Amino acid sequence: MKANQTVKFKNKPVIIGSYSIVGPKEGKGNFGPYFNYVIKDDSFGEDSYEKAEKKMLVSAIVGAIEDAKIKPNDVNLLLAGDLLNQIISSSYAARNFNFAFLGLFGACSTMAESMAIGASLIDGHQFDTVVCSTGSHFCTAERQFRFPLELGNQRPPTSQWTVTGAGACVLSSRGYGPRISMATFGKVIDFGIKDVNDMGAAMAPAAMDTMMAHFRDTDTTPDDYDLIVTGDLGKLGSEILIDLMEDQGIKLGLNYNDCGQMYYTRNQNTLSGGSGCGCSATIFNSFIMKKLRDGEYKKVLFMPTGALMSTTASQQGETIPGICHAIVIESDVVNNKDEDLKSSKKQYKIKKHK
Amino acid sequence: MQVDEKKRNEAYNRYVKAKIPKTKPWPSLFNSFLVGGIICCLGQGINDLILIWFPNMSEQTAWAYTLITLIFIAAFLTGIGIYDKIGKFAGGGSIVPITGFSNSITSPAIEFKHEGIIYGICVKMFTIAGPVIVCGVVSSIIVGIIYLFI
Amino acid sequence: MYYLWVFLIGGFICMLGEVLLIYTNITSARILVTFVLIGVLLQAFGIFDPISQIARAGINVPIIGFGASLAKGAIMAAQSKGLIGAFTGGLETTAGGIAAAILFAFIFALIFRSKTKS
Repeated sequence: MKANQTVKFKNKPVIIGSYSIVGPKEGKGNFGPYFNYVIKDDSFGEDSYEKAEKKMLVSAIVGAIEDAKIKPNDVNLLLAGDLLNQIISSSYAARNFNFAFLGLFGACSTMAESMAIGASLIDGHQFDTVVCSTGSHFCTAERQFRFPLELGNQRPPTSQWTVTGAGACVLSSRGYGPRISMATFGKVIDFGIKDVNDMGAAMAPAAMDTMMAHFRDTDTTPDDYDLIVTGDLGKLGSEILIDLMEDQGIKLGLNYNDCGQMYYTRNQNTLSGGSGCGCSATIFNSFIMKKLRDGEYKKVLFMPTGALMSTTASQQGETIPGICHAIVIESDVVNNKDEDLKSSKKQYKIKKHK
Repeated sequence: MQVDEKKRNEAYNRYVKAKIPKTKPWPSLFNSFLVGGIICCLGQGINDLILIWFPNMSEQTAWAYTLITLIFIAAFLTGIGIYDKIGKFAGGGSIVPITGFSNSITSPAIEFKHEGIIYGICVKMFTIAGPVIVCGVVSSIIVGIIYLFI
Repeated sequence: MYYLWVFLIGGFICMLGEVLLIYTNITSARILVTFVLIGVLLQAFGIFDPISQIARAGINVPIIGFGASLAKGAIMAAQSKGLIGAFTGGLETTAGGIAAAILFAFIFALIFRSKTKS
């Protein structure tokens, strides 16, 4: 018998606020209308893309705090992470705030990792209000993991497009909003994939492992959820996950989807889809949160995946380990539709694109 | 356990390889042929023009000027952000010519500008093209030494 | 008329690069290295010059030409000056190209900034 990986929250921490900010290309993607703010230019008025990424994180955190209708002083702790070396975007973003900070690295799974840890801390009555945030930027990721932007090379069909965007949400022990009921912490899984342009295949086994652990620990099946959504497996990776789950005897139906796969429209030339911390973070904090607040989704299994690799490791011939954390979010909306819609609309105002 | 894991990984790698969507190679091969051919013709044109304007120039010097001109054009197109679009279309067609060499020096130089002139531009300039010069120089020295003895 | 040969041979060499890109998944730096080494070998075996007579820019503009002139310089200098020639010859013939690439990269890096892809 394996040890339990799943935490069930007694007090079910509430997501009282969320905010998403994305780059121009993402704004033109499938979820464009749902994002709170679309920046006009990738550099966001800063002189380097690293600074732009930091600024996006700051805006996402500020936006989420405003959305939660609390004061910055009410926040106890910030949990954040990103893809850059020494998670500088998060640390430098945290410099602007007057609350405690825990830096996390879970690669692209950081959104669920931070929310799972935040929810655990709140459920254990250690903290009252926690902000979870993560973000990524195409240009910074590209130059750290791949090639300079101006290099004239072609991208292989399995490669994914790092999402420029940041998302943040505020968890609290009280208030109104969707509640986090369970979290499954994932193991590091490596099936020996070496191709750095094929992250989906490297991460799919981790998603499979966490999903199996989750269903086993909680005694649920895919049918118990309105939506099962992985982070950034992309087209190829999500197909692989479906196959892997079928091998395990579980069939993922129409309620399964992948943020990376849905992110961009077909003619945006992103090949296998979106990736990066921002991929799952922005979709969760915009589209999924809205549907949960509207009561359209009652129970969502959100499980971003991360590839825990570095250029140094892969140049030394190491394979790519993957990780996946899962959280279950339940809508607090009861069936009285009109009232719900009113209250959720009040909470969730989409700002016009500037 | 170790053996099992190895077998599982091998099986998974085989499965993934079969799963990767196959793209038709012909369009990209044609594009690279076309663009590569055009760049070479451009080089020939420049070389012919130089020899028309300076009939007394030696062939080797004319080639040197031709390559320098191509390198200039590629560096400029890289700077204004067009070369990577050509590269996306042409693939090998814009990597293999000397213009690709120029692009691979200019692109990291521009990219790492924010880290300063010394640690950014100067240090990072050869991140991609460095191996080309190293391998070329080492192998040419070996060939030169071999020719000493035959 | 020789432009046809330039186009065909130049295009063919570039297409070989694309073949490597598609079927072996190697990066552009490796492709450049491979073709420079091919150029050095062609020159070392004395095949480069006959091809160059027909192909002209078709083989001189691809990075093969760069490798070939490295080898050519090293061989010629080694034969005329001895051992030191093997060291100095290669870079002497290619100095123009390398220096130009460095200079233009430096200048344009000062002027331009990197733009995001679309």
